[in-house]
Formats: sequence, C-alpha cells, structure tokens
Amino acid sequence: MNKLQTVKQMVEQLEDGMTIGIGGWGPRRKPMALIREILRSDLKDLTIVAYGGADVGMLCAANKVKKVIFAFVSLDFIPLEPFFRKARQNGDIDIMEIDEGMMLLGLRAAAWGCPFIPTQVGLGTDVVKVNPDLKVIDSPYDDKEWVAMPALKLDAALIHVDRADVRGVCQITGPDHYMDDWFVRAAKKALVTCDELVGSEVFNDPNAARCVFWERSLTTAVAHVPAGAHPTSCAPFYGFDTAHFKEYNACARDGGFELYFDKYVKDKCENDYQALVGGVDTIKQLALPVY
Amino acid sequence: MTIAKEYSLAELMICAAAEAFRHDGEVLATGIGLIPRLGASLAMKTFNSDLMMTDSEAYLLSEPNPVGPRADNYIQQNETWMGFSRIFDNVWSRKRHAMVGPTQIDQFGQANISALGSDYSKPKVQMLGVRGFPGNSISHPNSFFVPSHNTRVFVKGECDMVASIGYNPERLPKGYRLDDIDIRLVITDLCVMDFNGPDHQLRLVSLHPGVALNTVIENTGFAIDIAQNVKTTPPPTVEQLAIIAALDPHNLRAKQLKDNPPGDRTTSAKLVEEVA
Repeated sequence: MNKLQTVKQMVEQLEDGMTIGIGGWGPRRKPMALIREILRSDLKDLTIVAYGGADVGMLCAANKVKKVIFAFVSLDFIPLEPFFRKARQNGDIDIMEIDEGMMLLGLRAAAWGCPFIPTQVGLGTDVVKVNPDLKVIDSPYDDKEWVAMPALKLDAALIHVDRADVRGVCQITGPDHYMDDWFVRAAKKALVTCDELVGSEVFNDPNAARCVFWERSLTTAVAHVPAGAHPTSCAPFYGFDTAHFKEYNACARDGGFELYFDKYVKDKCENDYQALVGGVDTIKQLALPVY
Repeated sequence: MTIAKEYSLAELMICAAAEAFRHDGEVLATGIGLIPRLGASLAMKTFNSDLMMTDSEAYLLSEPNPVGPRADNYIQQNETWMGFSRIFDNVWSRKRHAMVGPTQIDQFGQANISALGSDYSKPKVQMLGVRGFPGNSISHPNSFFVPSHNTRVFVKGECDMVASIGYNPERLPKGYRLDDIDIRLVITDLCVMDFNGPDHQLRLVSLHPGVALNTVIENTGFAIDIAQNVKTTPPPTVEQLAIIAALDPHNLRAKQLKDNPPGDRTTSAKLVEEVA
C-alpha cells in the first residue's frame, strides 16, 4: 500500500467547519508545512484542538478558526503566543479552555468510543463554569461528583514525525511523542508529514519499532517534507528556531500577521519557504533546547 | 552548618522553597520556574534525597540537572522515561508536589494563570491558559511561588479565572471536604505563608530578614492570619549556598528578581536612608 501524498492533496481533504487536532506541544514538533498549506487555502470556521503554539496563533491570525479547544497556547521561551492572545483579547474566537490532562482524556474517550471519561480534574474551578458543555455528574459508586470529560472527536489529526514509510508506519525518536498517538486515534483521518521517508526494513530494528506509537492502519496519508516542522523543533534532528519566532512575535507588534504571511507563506511553496529561512541544512543545524 | 553572611534574596527564596519539599518523602517534585526548580533540587540534594525530579522534558532523574547550558560530556542521571502523557498518570496517582507561579492568588488559595479581566469572552489580558492547574490542584499538594508580592497577585475577592481549586466552601465539589485540598507553602519576595490559619485562611509564617510586617499586610489584597510570634525566614547556610552554586553554575538566579536584591533588606533599607 502506498499512502504518499503532497501536503496540498492532504489539505484538499479538509473542509470548512471541521474539527482538526494538531499534534506536538507548544513550539515542538508541529506539522507546520501543513499549517502553512492551510494558511494558503480558503478553509474556514475550523475548530482546533491542540497543545497550542504558533500553529494555533497563525490559524487564528489568518481567520481560519471558529473555536479553539486548549489548555495553553505558548511558544515556551516566549510565554504568550502573540496572535492567539490578540484573537482572544479581541473576542474573535470561541473557546473551550480545559486542563491539559482533560484534553488527553477527551482524546482517549474519542479513541475508545466512549461518550466521556469521568475525572475529578476541573472540579471546583472555573473550567466547569465557563464551559457549559462540560457536565458534572454523580458517581454510581460513591457520593462524589465527577466531571464527565466529553470525547474530543476529530475529523482529522495533523502530525509531523521524524520518519515514516509509504505504508504509514511512523516513527518518533525524539524524547517525547507528546499526545500524538491519541490525536491519531481520536481522528477519522490522520495526515502525517515526515522529515525522512524510509524503507519499511528500518523498523526491523526493535529499537526503531519501539518508537512507533500507532498502527499504520490509523495513518491515512504520508507526505515527505524534510524540516517540515520548522520553525518548531523536531528532536533529535533540529531545535526550534528562536530567531524566527522572535521575528514572528515582533510582527504582532509592528505590522501584524500580514507582514509575516506575505513574507513567508503567501504564493510560496514549501521549497520557497525553506529557501527563505536558510534551507534544510541550516534548519537541521538548529540546536536542541536545554531545559 | 554555618549561616551565610551574605546572600541574595533569590538564594533566600530558593532555601525557603526547598522547605516545602522537606517532609514529602518519595514524590515527584516539580518546580516551575528557576527559583522553585532550584528549591526542589536543593531539597533533593540535602534533606530529602528520596525526591524524584524530571529533566523538564521526558526523563525522570535520580540526580537533579544543573540549570542552564551543560557541558557536552555531562551525563544526565536518568531513571525512567517520563513523557508528558505519563506525567498525568503520576499526577492522578497523587505522588507529586508542584510549586507553581500563579499570576493571581485569592483568599481561598484559588489561583489563575489563564486570563485577566471581568469579561472572559474578551479578556483584558490573555495569559497562558489553565494549563495543568485544575488537575494538579485537586490531585496532589501544591505550593506557590510569587516573585513580586503585591495586591495585583494577592487579589481581593476571587481570581478573575479560577484555574485551580482552593479552600472556597462555595465551590467545594459534592462529596469533598476542604481538607481534601492541600496547598502547602507560599514563598514570596517578602515572606513565607501557608493556609493553616483559621478556616484555611492564609497565614504569615515568617518574614524575610528586614521586611516589616506592615509591608506584607499592605501588599496583600485580603486579610491574613498573623501568627503570634512571626519568625524570620532562616538565612541560607554556607553549605546550602555551595549546593545552589553547583546547581546553577551560570548564576541564572541573579537574573530572576529585579536588580538581584540582597536577602537581608535591613541593610538595603539603611543604605537607602544614607543615600537619601
């Protein structure tokens, strides 16, 4: 089976109003080539579920978003995502703000076909007040009440991985695969970009096979995009691009998102983008962050 | 143990933060931000060697990492993988104590890092989002770190967005007791507090050297319980300072508080008078 596609073909499968989950975490291993392709498309009214970074900020700034389901949106070393912040402060978007762990439970519920998973997380906080969709229920087994975290069913999950083969076996060798496996399991379609396209025999090595976190039957399509996570990181290959993020962040202050969009995204393909940011070899030199 | 003659406020706060973890036993200590992280690391290196810690990325360590850039030949003392999804398994199994830095804290110990302003649909200031506050606060002990103690942090009334559960009887979930909530120490640049006053009121435990009681009262937006004999926060020992220096070889701690003030403000107050 060959699931190879281009990012353009992937984005053509998405429709207005869809609920899209985005893998990665803050400025780490985000499928940015796919995000750029969405920015160039005429998609709109998306509901985004993410451990958010510039992916969420850019989509908000480009008016692609109706609603964001989030626990945080941050660029890590720049704590507050500038364009998400603007969108919120202008009242431009609907939100469902939940705990990081609740998001994981919502994805698991969707993956397992449960309408909800009970949790104590959120009790006693405004999370249960500001989200009318979030129900508090009685336990059939004790006297306590519980939050019924609803399934976060995704129409599509967008993921970037280190390596994949054409059948959709995906490998993440960085220290953490974050919640990407649950985004994939919660989604009807998983659209995956990879830094390296490899032969299936790579996974014969048990250590390589241990870094595969979902079965290929869950991968809908694979696109080969070297450095496709830039400006976010893809450990162990490259760190996030702090200079690029600083420039992006500065755009929120002077000139707005259009300045960034016109320079890096508009009428450009991924090769053009990479040339503008120094090329794949330069990206692969970006140091991994030390925490 | 020899009391240090000179020490910075950051170092005093690191030692005060370490105290939060003294009796924890074998739990994951998470210090968010440099001073809390150094506090937890100091506790692990001294009076509670049973503590566990992560590398802030994906591994559990048996020895805390120093902060800042490390030498190429530095070998991290890994124990097990501890990626983000597994952190929640740890949080929900309750074997953790986090020290976090909220933007707002109210009289009930409820805390906010999400958004400021009265209109939640259009906040005046959008901050991070609730992150893990709701889950942490109901699952395991938490302490607070406040680098600048003022009435914008310790707010009157309730937080604009209550991101973590506190001792508010009005919000207590069915089947819970207030004692199920466990907020430990509050370390600020002025003092150490806890929530062991009457009805879980915020209580002043110790004033940092040279800080006046009134300064704390004036900078807290609600009434606090004052212990009869308010102690002075113990200054660091020479041994503690040496361990802190090893944990922070690039002296990043000197950049955490504005102008890196000395730990004993008695002297600095005098200096100001003399200059004036």
